[in-house]
Amino acid sequence: MDDRLITAIVVVVGVPGVLVGYIWGTEQVLRLFGGRMQPRIRPWLWLLPALGFLGVFLVYPTIGTILRSLQDKAGTEFVGLANYAWFFSNDNALSALKNNVLWVVFLTVFTVGIGLLISVLVDRVRYESVAKSVIFVPLAVSMVAAGVIWKFMYEYRPPGEVQIGTLNAALGAVGSGPVAFLQAQDFSMNTFALIAVMTWMWTGFAMVIISAALKAINPELLEAARMDGANEWQVFRGIIFPLLVPTLAVVSTTIVITALKAFDVVYTMTSGNLETDVIANLMIKQMFSFGDFGRASAIAVVLLLAIVPIMLFNIRQFRSQEAVR
Amino acid sequence: MTTAASTRPRGARPGWFARARGRVGVHAVLAILMIVWLLPTVGLLVNSFRQPAAVSASGWWEGLTPPYDLTLENYAHVLARNGIADAFINSLFITIPATVIPILVAAFAAYAFSWMEFRGRNLLFVVVVGLLVVPLQTTLIPILRLFASLGINGQFLAVWLAHTGYGLPFAIYLLRNYMGGLPREVFESAAIDGASPVTSFFRLALPMSVPVIAALAIFQFLFVWNDLLVSLIYIGAANPDNLPLTVNLANLVNSLGGGWQALGAAAFLSMALPLVVFFSLQRFFVRGIVGGSVKG
Repeated sequence: MDDRLITAIVVVVGVPGVLVGYIWGTEQVLRLFGGRMQPRIRPWLWLLPALGFLGVFLVYPTIGTILRSLQDKAGTEFVGLANYAWFFSNDNALSALKNNVLWVVFLTVFTVGIGLLISVLVDRVRYESVAKSVIFVPLAVSMVAAGVIWKFMYEYRPPGEVQIGTLNAALGAVGSGPVAFLQAQDFSMNTFALIAVMTWMWTGFAMVIISAALKAINPELLEAARMDGANEWQVFRGIIFPLLVPTLAVVSTTIVITALKAFDVVYTMTSGNLETDVIANLMIKQMFSFGDFGRASAIAVVLLLAIVPIMLFNIRQFRSQEAVR
Repeated sequence: MTTAASTRPRGARPGWFARARGRVGVHAVLAILMIVWLLPTVGLLVNSFRQPAAVSASGWWEGLTPPYDLTLENYAHVLARNGIADAFINSLFITIPATVIPILVAAFAAYAFSWMEFRGRNLLFVVVVGLLVVPLQTTLIPILRLFASLGINGQFLAVWLAHTGYGLPFAIYLLRNYMGGLPREVFESAAIDGASPVTSFFRLALPMSVPVIAALAIFQFLFVWNDLLVSLIYIGAANPDNLPLTVNLANLVNSLGGGWQALGAAAFLSMALPLVVFFSLQRFFVRGIVGGSVKG
């Protein structure tokens, strides 16, 4: 138990102490330099811990991945772009790519749209914290649990049997036949069923961030507009929405990347079968089922390249933020 | 009705009827969304109190009508597991520093990105955000080798460091976006008054960013608390005494071979703490913390 006590002290006091001590120490170090050098060195001292962590845990493995994507299965020979050629000529990979496009578009539209709607609406009711908690709960559910929860939602039994799935029981109640949500491939219905699960989980994420930004808007601004006779829709369009744009950009970017990396839901619910596969799941299969780290790495690099347009959008976003402040 | 609204004289408030109708609409939309969002979880909650055989024989709503035939057996089964209390404490030991470290480190970086001038600032920032897309799975093997050579496999430290690395891009992104929106005058006048950047950071930037830090703390806490993969790989076999709750519960499911009903109980037990964290941090999401001094 003594060990645990020591760990607890380290956890609660030691860790924050070291970090705060570091940043306080930077000023002491900077005193050694001349006044002109200080502003040049200071930013790098503040960035140092972050760059250190990022370098070790993300940049270094990523460089390894890029190099590995140019090698064969065993990692003994360089094969040029062969792994990429495989990716773009393989039917499964292209189907996964198509599904990822659906994921990116619809997951983003659903989560950001509903998250924005909820944030704006709960701002004007007394049960705000209750409503937000309800939307937030799915985020607190682990992925494994979410898989079980939605198994009970989508569960399908052939017509005539007792339906124990919530949705099919509801369909039965209105006189419709049961639907095999996770098997039906018409209009990619099974992919949409999976996107619905992620929407359920991630709307709370969008809501929490959008709501935090909404709370930072000066209420006097809104009140002034209302006094001038603007209706609620005009207040939203003219004031709230423009002020939320930077936040919506951050949330959308994060969700787009989440959609690109979508994996757990697909893995736990359909294993990517029946045309529901996505790029990240394809990568895991190449790694652990086929042991082909060359192809797996190429897939990871494709993911990495897919965000270039989003990053360009973000640069523009930050430029305009610089301009107004 | 639309013409009536558009010809309303400036400065007049909408009539009580229009307002009441608007309020009913707001309540109705929120009620529908809340029901849709709650229903799946309620289903699992009810099933977690039902007999294992009943769960696969009939829908969860049967548990709400007589004969109820509910049981606490599933919860008793989960709580009686060996080492579950230790696993819970381990989860806390892992999650608290793995939440505090990335937020502080990200706050330093976000402050530098927002309020310090240096060459290559935008490019560096875009690279940092670009790292969001790196799939965690591709980093496991190189990092595992690194930890092994440092001899910290199986220790809490390994997981703290790894979660910090994985959590930083999003944390920096979110904090920089928020801090960058704080009003310039506040920092300029502080600098004129002779405040050092350290003072400005702790006295101004951090307190003004409380809502977004609360949001970030919640997400990072959840991410680490619910993480299975990182703990499994970096603590895993090296030191089973340090494994968190998620691993313990995953083993439960594996050992039962699809023990759905116990999994429902396990899911609710592991959800309890994240929800407490959410409720306790929710009070930071109220209007007025930044005193209306932030633009957007």
